[in-house]
Amino acid sequence: MNLKISALEYVQEVKTGNISAEDFVAKTIERIQNVDDKLNAFLTVNETSVDQAREIDKKIKSGYKVGDCFGMPISIKDNICIKDSKTTCASKMLENYISPYDATVISKLKQQDAIFVGKVNMDEFAMGLTTEFSAYGPSKNPWNNDYVPGGSSGGSAVSVSAFECVASLGSDTGGSVRNPASFCSTVGYKPTYGLISRYGLISYANSIEQIGPLTRTVKDTAFMLNMIAGLDSNDNTTIDNKNEDYLSGIESGIEGKKIGIIKEMIGEGIDPKILSATKNAISKLENLGAICEEISLDMVKYSVAAYYTITATEAGSNLARFDNLRYGYDFPLEGYEFNSYISKARCNFGPEVTRRLIIGGFVPSTGHAGKYFSKALKVKMKLTKEIDKIFKKFDLLVAPTVPILPFKLGEKIDDPVSLFLVDINTVTANLTGKPSISVPFANSNGLPIGIQLMADSLNDKLLLQAGYALEQTVSLPEVPL
Amino acid sequence: MTMIGLEIHCQLTNLESKLFCSCKANYREFKINENICPVCMGLPGSLPRLNQEAVKKATIIAMALNCTTPEKIAFFRKNYFYPDSPKNFQITQLNIYGDTSVGGAGSIMVGDKKIRITRIQLEEDPGRLIYEGSSSKNQITLVDYNRAGTPLVEIVTEPDFETPKEVRDFLNILSDVLTNLGVANPSLEGAMRADANVSIEGGKKVEIKNIGSFHDLEKATHFEITRQESLHSRDIEIIQETRHWDDKRKITVSSRSKEEELDYRYFLEGDIPWIKMDSAIHTKLQSEMPESISSKKERYVSKYNIPTQVADVLSSDKYYSDLFEASHTESNAKEVANIITTDLMGLVDTREKREASKFTATHLKELADSVQSGKIARNSSKNALHEILKTGKDLSTVVKEMDLGNVSDESELSAIITQVILEESQAVEQAKSNPQTINYLVGKVMQKTKGKADPALTLDLLKKQIGI
Repeated sequence: MNLKISALEYVQEVKTGNISAEDFVAKTIERIQNVDDKLNAFLTVNETSVDQAREIDKKIKSGYKVGDCFGMPISIKDNICIKDSKTTCASKMLENYISPYDATVISKLKQQDAIFVGKVNMDEFAMGLTTEFSAYGPSKNPWNNDYVPGGSSGGSAVSVSAFECVASLGSDTGGSVRNPASFCSTVGYKPTYGLISRYGLISYANSIEQIGPLTRTVKDTAFMLNMIAGLDSNDNTTIDNKNEDYLSGIESGIEGKKIGIIKEMIGEGIDPKILSATKNAISKLENLGAICEEISLDMVKYSVAAYYTITATEAGSNLARFDNLRYGYDFPLEGYEFNSYISKARCNFGPEVTRRLIIGGFVPSTGHAGKYFSKALKVKMKLTKEIDKIFKKFDLLVAPTVPILPFKLGEKIDDPVSLFLVDINTVTANLTGKPSISVPFANSNGLPIGIQLMADSLNDKLLLQAGYALEQTVSLPEVPL
Repeated sequence: MTMIGLEIHCQLTNLESKLFCSCKANYREFKINENICPVCMGLPGSLPRLNQEAVKKATIIAMALNCTTPEKIAFFRKNYFYPDSPKNFQITQLNIYGDTSVGGAGSIMVGDKKIRITRIQLEEDPGRLIYEGSSSKNQITLVDYNRAGTPLVEIVTEPDFETPKEVRDFLNILSDVLTNLGVANPSLEGAMRADANVSIEGGKKVEIKNIGSFHDLEKATHFEITRQESLHSRDIEIIQETRHWDDKRKITVSSRSKEEELDYRYFLEGDIPWIKMDSAIHTKLQSEMPESISSKKERYVSKYNIPTQVADVLSSDKYYSDLFEASHTESNAKEVANIITTDLMGLVDTREKREASKFTATHLKELADSVQSGKIARNSSKNALHEILKTGKDLSTVVKEMDLGNVSDESELSAIITQVILEESQAVEQAKSNPQTINYLVGKVMQKTKGKADPALTLDLLKKQIGI
């Protein structure tokens, strides 16, 4: 049984009866059992996966209508709620939390007969970009186990890259899908803000984050979008995508498209290997008929500062509900009154979350908001204006997803500011609501490099076309596992 | 000069569902913590889903109180930790970053005085704390989240009141307006709560929180003015503070917590996009608004010639004006108004009595018509009304069962009149010379028929028999 097939291939194989869902899912679970001790991608494994797959096989055999996923094994980041299963956000605060309802993306995938093989690791409450801030230990990069897999959706990227599932759902607040996708050589997608319902995604910075798929191929991402995108009455920020088919016309190419190269994202601090890979990608895009031109997005230089100010503010509010009164972990009330109890209970947040909550209490507070939070909102507004202006002339923007190569576990954990700067190329898409994709593009001494493309709001289809075109220009090594 | 300003919280009790989910707005019918869902419990991952109907109702209130209504409205988060608040922030509205709440500056007339409205905002009600245990040592606090997320409109006034009486008059008018708009039932327990800001000449502003009824609001402001005046007369400084209304002892008590020092870190609620409220929407809402109390009153006076005082009483109470609208005709309007204001109001003076009564507009129409056509005497109509309220039977049945119908059979009445003429020969002679005195004879006929003789017919027949 070959587990190294794409989502589209899986669907085809099961549909035609070449393989059974049960065999594939059983082998996938076996794979998880074999490799995950080392990789630590999974926080929970769904014990009923194989039984569910067997039921789907029965449905196929007896000619019942089967959903488009045909029992495809998918992993889910542990900040997306699945009914009756543990959703911890990789935090001690939610150690025993079992969600009583399904996120919208989960109910949509259930309707299409997907199987959730497990919940995967992440930085606690999605704050971080290495998974080292998980309360349950870091995940390891399958390409080299001494290296971080990126984050915060590190478990998602690892599980896809190491063939522990066919596809995964992560969440992207400032690059949390694209960053690990780049570090683990998978495709990672952050859609236009509002394209995918956030209902059931545990909020970190709700005004800019989106759920996004991590897959082996760009076509698989388009397939996943077909499954989960669109208007949702449970999320007032969703937009009507008119049931767009993201797979149709994906091979149309990018002939004649104008692509801007963002100067600020290939400047100071970029790894020379990343720079040369980016130049290579640009010439490949030109070979495909695109017209590439260097442009400037001046506000990018303030984007990381603005990003951390805004996300900390929203996190301070979004995470306030975790007071351990209605749900959480085992910690008796006796001997406390309300304020002392919640202060004590909230000590269970890890160091990075605590750091951001402290910042989040400060930057929007009276007397300081003008200096920090209001300024950050201004940067967000100006950056959006700038990029909107550029998208009047350009169809797409290109940059490396991350300006540096994957680094070793522990290397940057004590240096939060240098970690923050790794986000420089990804946060712009979140602050402006634009769709963005990371496509595996190169490999430097066994460490993956991803290229990031961006398009204007609701131009997700064009973005996928471009990603597909770029993907076809390279042939990458297989993960050494 | 004494200055009182109010912050009134009014639940939109007539809405079907809560402000951000489909749980019931009428939480009162439920057992503890049974009217809840992931959204109003603020469970991880849940998102608010704005009830558009609540926005409309709140906007209608703003328009009725002559407020400005912005083109776009937004929601904000007010961040603070409290056990009745499941998300530890409240979704509310704010005007500090431009006018984005449902209503801006407005006003309402209380008698001849104009009370200015600062703003009107739509927000969610928190849950309810229940204290158990006898002493403070073993007291435990329980939380019922059934109320959490109930749509609430906060009406903030300028400090335009000078006496508790003005506060009371304002609240009565406001209560009538809200009821007339069909947005709320202010008489429901906890549907209307208020905070009051009170200051006297030379003193600082004191905020009184947690006043659970309109009745108590008048009492609380009265108590607070007296307290402040007493301090002032003894040269004790009145400090700026927050006090709580002690419901049981009917006094205000200084709050130990420093609520004024809380920093709510307001910022835009990103989960609810801005809502466009352009002039087309406002025009549409305007056209759907029920007729205002003052317009009703004017119509009652000018069209039906109902006395101003009667029209005033009738128009300001939605229950009575709805009854009037449903039962009156061109000809019986005055009689309907009469029956409502002189008889009915005394019989159904509480909400419980109204709800228990089986009285309908049809009853009222028949009753007024019968009185007007002389089928039933005015006196008897009151007895019939009483019986209908109790039993809900139709008028004709009640009249028959209680024998209330007028004697309008000519031969039967003639016989009685003949007898009266025989018995009262002196009065008959008097009537011949002075027709005014015939009323004495009418009275005698009434006595014999226990008030059921048709008065017009009696007079006719009497005149005929006497020959005048």
